[in-house]
Amino acid sequence: MIEIRIHGRGGQGNVVAAYLLATAAIDEGWHAQAFPAFGAERRGAPVTAFVRLARFPFRRRNQILHPDFLIIQDPALLHVPGVLDGLKEGGAVLMDGTKPPAGVEAVALPATRLAQEYLGRPVPNTALAAAFFTLTGLLPLTALAGALKARFRGPVLEANLRLIEAAAAAVEAGRWRERIHATAP
Amino acid sequence: MRQPLEGSQAIARAVVAARAQVVAAYPITPQTHIVEHIARMVADGAASCELVSVESEFSAASVVLGAAMAGSRAYTATASQGLLLMGEVLYNIAGLRVPLVMTVANRALSAPLSIWNDQQDSMAMRDAGWVQLYCSDNQEAVDTTIQAFRIAETLEVPVMVCVDGFTLTHTLEAIELPEQEVVDRFLPPYRFARALDPLHPKTFGTLVGPEYYAEMRELHHRALLAALEVIPRVDEEWAAATGRASGGLLRMEGDSEARTGVLTLGSIFGTLADAREVYADCRPLRLVHLRCFRPFPAAALRAAAAGLERLVVLERAISPGAGGIVTAEVRAALAELDRPPQVHGFAVGLGGRDVPLDLLPRLLASLPPRPGPFRIFDLDVQKLPEGGS
Repeated sequence: MIEIRIHGRGGQGNVVAAYLLATAAIDEGWHAQAFPAFGAERRGAPVTAFVRLARFPFRRRNQILHPDFLIIQDPALLHVPGVLDGLKEGGAVLMDGTKPPAGVEAVALPATRLAQEYLGRPVPNTALAAAFFTLTGLLPLTALAGALKARFRGPVLEANLRLIEAAAAAVEAGRWRERIHATAP
Repeated sequence: MRQPLEGSQAIARAVVAARAQVVAAYPITPQTHIVEHIARMVADGAASCELVSVESEFSAASVVLGAAMAGSRAYTATASQGLLLMGEVLYNIAGLRVPLVMTVANRALSAPLSIWNDQQDSMAMRDAGWVQLYCSDNQEAVDTTIQAFRIAETLEVPVMVCVDGFTLTHTLEAIELPEQEVVDRFLPPYRFARALDPLHPKTFGTLVGPEYYAEMRELHHRALLAALEVIPRVDEEWAAATGRASGGLLRMEGDSEARTGVLTLGSIFGTLADAREVYADCRPLRLVHLRCFRPFPAAALRAAAAGLERLVVLERAISPGAGGIVTAEVRAALAELDRPPQVHGFAVGLGGRDVPLDLLPRLLASLPPRPGPFRIFDLDVQKLPEGGS
């Protein structure tokens, strides 16, 4: 089972990111679940969402305390205590930004800047989802495109489809493939 | 077709597929998404129900009561304080023997204020005279919502479908939505025999003196008891139509030869089922999901507990000053067995406290040889004032 925790701020599309990852996986025949860390979400406040992906059916609904992967939508959150807590040994971090801060091992993608460029809005979620699938090789980018098509339409969809291509091209395909072996049952 | 859906969205689609004709609700976390999705479908022309905006849950319950009395298939949804605010109307709906379906997105009660999941709200309404069904996942929530209309209309009693707030309502997972033709065959258009009719005026809910009130209560009690036959039958018919059963009155899983059992209601059942697979120590265990809490399925429970030496009840509510609610009822029902199992009762997951996978092995390892008083498991005593209340 692959467990992912996504950290962001209210308004960055945290839950949407989690839903996109799980939707793409379910459409590709995986068993998947996505849920927010339930709270009183408001714009700008730190928020968390969770994703579970597996090749087998599962039924647990507990919170993910020891994720295989962390996706950080706002680099400033790396200064918030607890954000990196619980990451499994052999796990990896994907973050928005140009380079990880000192002492943090992570792949950085300027997702907010890309989103601003392609969508005209600072929402890093779809770019980071594309980067995650590309780094891990878990699912083809077409699966994410399918999940986007189920959620968006028209110019917003078209811009997002161009954005995920650009985001995927900006990271090293398959870089985390071995880590999937290490953590999947 | 299995499709990725948020629980609330799937429940909304089920309500629309059931062709509910009148929906009235007032938004309250974590129920809001259900009604938002229904409203969106109405706005998109994908649902033809009459959506009534109201100013409170009291009005929501009153509107669906009126709609059902006028012969409509009616639906509402709420949670927590909203359910309490409906309280007076809920007893009236049940006493008038009006078929209605309501989703409760289970949430803790104030004070202190909590928006998170437990089942104190629906437990507070257990004596309202409604059928109460608890769902362990979102597929059951969809299937139970449709079954609920059939149960309500068969018996002329209201049905509360209890779905853990956030844990189910806000979780996206693969869900099979039934084909519209399947739902239409299962739920033909409803005619309420006692529908209000200006040409044939009747009086309902009128003053009943001491010479008849007890008999009215007896009839209501009998109608709920009759649901013990109807609920499993409806589930079997749904399984025949779709291939999916939701667990009748209760469902057993795990080791049928086991001497220890764990009983719960709602979404933590899945976590317990996974924990049983993950921890070898937990494998010799019988798991029971109590889907139907009202009417209380005492006979089915006795059959499910046969051969057990001990049964652990995990519930998500507490009766302050008494202890367990489900635990007390389970213990009373099992006392009629020749060799009843010892019943251990715990509250878990109150106010959204996480129920982790390792709760099951820790709980089983900590069970005393004889049941102690009901208590909240995983209490952090450091947070309690020393020696006091």
